Amino acid sequence: MQRIGVFVCWCGSNIAGTVDVHAVADALKNEPGVVFSTQYQYMCSQAGQDMIKEAIKEHRLSGIVICSCSPRMHEATFRKTAQAAGLNPYMVEIANIREQCSWIHKDMAEGTEKAIILGKAAIAKVNLNAPLTPGESPVTKRALVIGGGIAGIQTALDIADAGFEVDIVEKNPTIGGKMAQLDKTFPTLDCAACILTPKMVDVAQHEKIRIFSFSEVTEVKGFVGNFTARIMKKARYVREDICTGCGLCTEKCPQKKVPNEFNLGMDNRRAVYIPFAQAVPKVATIDPNYCTMLKSGKCGLCAKVCTAGAIDYKQKDEFIEEKYGAIVVATGFNPISMEKYDEFAYNQSKDVVTSLEYERIMNAAGPTAGKLLRPSDGKHPHTIVFVQCVGSRCAACDERGKEYCSKICCMYTAKHAMLTRDKYPDTDVYVFYIDVRTPGKNFDEFYRRAVEDYGVHYIKGMVGKVTPDGDKLIVRGSDLIGNKQLNIEADMVVLAAAIEPDKSARPLATMLTASMDTNDFFTEAHPKLRPVESPTAGVFLSGACQGPKDIPDTVAQAGAAASKVIGLLAKNKLTGNPCVAKSDELMCNGCSSCERVCPYGAITYVDKEFRMPNRTTLVRRVASVNEAVCQGCGACTVACPSGAMDLKGFANKQIMAEVDAICK
Amino acid sequence: METNKYLRKEIIRSSGVNPLKCMKCGKCSGTCPAYDEMEYHPHQFVYMVETGDIEPLMNSKSIYKCLSCFACVDRCPRGVEPAKVVEAVRLAVIRQQDKNHLKADDIPAIIDADADMPQQAIVSAFRKYAK
Repeated sequence: MQRIGVFVCWCGSNIAGTVDVHAVADALKNEPGVVFSTQYQYMCSQAGQDMIKEAIKEHRLSGIVICSCSPRMHEATFRKTAQAAGLNPYMVEIANIREQCSWIHKDMAEGTEKAIILGKAAIAKVNLNAPLTPGESPVTKRALVIGGGIAGIQTALDIADAGFEVDIVEKNPTIGGKMAQLDKTFPTLDCAACILTPKMVDVAQHEKIRIFSFSEVTEVKGFVGNFTARIMKKARYVREDICTGCGLCTEKCPQKKVPNEFNLGMDNRRAVYIPFAQAVPKVATIDPNYCTMLKSGKCGLCAKVCTAGAIDYKQKDEFIEEKYGAIVVATGFNPISMEKYDEFAYNQSKDVVTSLEYERIMNAAGPTAGKLLRPSDGKHPHTIVFVQCVGSRCAACDERGKEYCSKICCMYTAKHAMLTRDKYPDTDVYVFYIDVRTPGKNFDEFYRRAVEDYGVHYIKGMVGKVTPDGDKLIVRGSDLIGNKQLNIEADMVVLAAAIEPDKSARPLATMLTASMDTNDFFTEAHPKLRPVESPTAGVFLSGACQGPKDIPDTVAQAGAAASKVIGLLAKNKLTGNPCVAKSDELMCNGCSSCERVCPYGAITYVDKEFRMPNRTTLVRRVASVNEAVCQGCGACTVACPSGAMDLKGFANKQIMAEVDAICK
Repeated sequence: METNKYLRKEIIRSSGVNPLKCMKCGKCSGTCPAYDEMEYHPHQFVYMVETGDIEPLMNSKSIYKCLSCFACVDRCPRGVEPAKVVEAVRLAVIRQQDKNHLKADDIPAIIDADADMPQQAIVSAFRKYAK
């Protein structure tokens, strides 16, 4: 029989305002096993914790029930308290009488009744609790960063600077990500390449960092501290170790008509290419979809001109397996497709571009060498209309757009408008906006400069229709402050397309068993207090894969994710969670149901010898749980047809006892 | 967009107001005691001067409904001074050639014709035009 202590917390007026805490403490005093019951204003305070410790010693308690807030809030706190008083931490149960009771009830009588019932359930469970001891597992002191944009680069550099090995896996031939495509960066207008490329070089030269470019993670196994990842190095048909990046092959290749994805298809590249001059690694890649040699076996010009002999048409995809202690997701974002936005004539006119395309047009290394020339006829545009919130802030049911604010568009539009007016004062620049959102250091000042110093016409209202008319675009929009409809004859229209997570994020999340929201952004462990950790232990989040983010925010989050990784890798051993599955071998019928449902691959089957009557033995196939891998999700306990599988700390009989206590 | 660039420049010069400073918060109109009397409200004055859409302002009685109380000037978070824009539009009307301006003798008739005309507006107008 347990000796149980009950501690009812007021949580100031959070609980005591709707629950009669004295009545709860009194009612629970008479429950089976309870030898002590009390209440206090703040159980989590030092005084409250001391009270618990004293009671454990004085009343020789073997288990305690805390009626307080959600266990997500303070379960760890009270487990530590119990441990300090010599009680096994897994003999602590929390009855959530705040989030699930006082906060959702208005009536004191109702709230009190429910609090008592929740307390009784927790007491019923503690009566069946047994002390548990967590196991330990070693930590592989190497981190995997998936994605080589500014988020991945910063995270990798910070981890490597702390002395740990880091591998960056980037699916494109070069690291750099979206930032490498940008022209200037708000709000200081430094050139993106000037601040990014030195970091890319730092990554390449760092002795602790390996870059797997043109590679993808195809499989992840294991658990925090002990992940094993399989990385596919896609065949680039150029030997990375020999190629000097001289670029001769990219000049001689006769296949000149390949849409250049780095310039968003606004110009062409060769079939063998280096994405941009400062690419890291600076190695050529052959595009098998366009290379004549790979397609028909006729050409081989690049191999002939390559003085290093780096071209290898027979190269195959290569697989590498490596162990990691921590994984950082930094898969980034893309602008959404404008294909469905017929009202803006994106498909009808080349002069309707997205902001990222405009960024390439303004970039000195872009398709127009930085000259503002419109794509259709290469003429200098005189009237440019920017449209904000294209695809952002739509209703949840909208099929084309996203429900969220993409966060970066207001600022980059202000930047584009300002830079356009600065370089070309002969242009008229209009910006249609729903709201201008500039929460950031020096952000609003930046936007005001665009209006006041550069004379950008900001118009409150949305563009409803863009109609190509000869070589002009008729932009019809509303001016809500002037209370009229405007028809502007424009030469170019720039759409601030919403951003969405990269398409590679969803399969990666499945691989990592990391959760995502409905928009495919990775979910953080806690939106405020654990913003860079995934709920899956050992998986961390960096940059726009977690939500729309500008460069300052991304770099800050990248550093935060790195510090969490460093904290993990600095440990030699990790204490596991003892609430894991356990199979009763005598009841197990060897059906493999549990093995099939286990999302972590923690269950294997072994042949085991059992003693039978009359000194005989029998070999039977039974389930065996790897406690270090098991995350305690409980899927196997539900799948097991014979009731052999159970979860320590959440045993079937414990749950049933709780249900019985509630239904009694 | 149709703009009257000459008038726009004139009004910006004579008022000393930079309408680009306006962030369209609407506080001027939110504070204006003559709001209900006006066809065009203080924020619209600023915006229409910004876009060069000035003739409708000059032809509107709103310029005489402004009390010149300067509450909008006092409370504008960006220091735009809308009342000075209204004043500048009034000046632009006065400075138009071959126009009869308000005379002190006309005031009783105006009061008779428009009983809703705020008293303070008449006093303000008298002070300005009876020089």
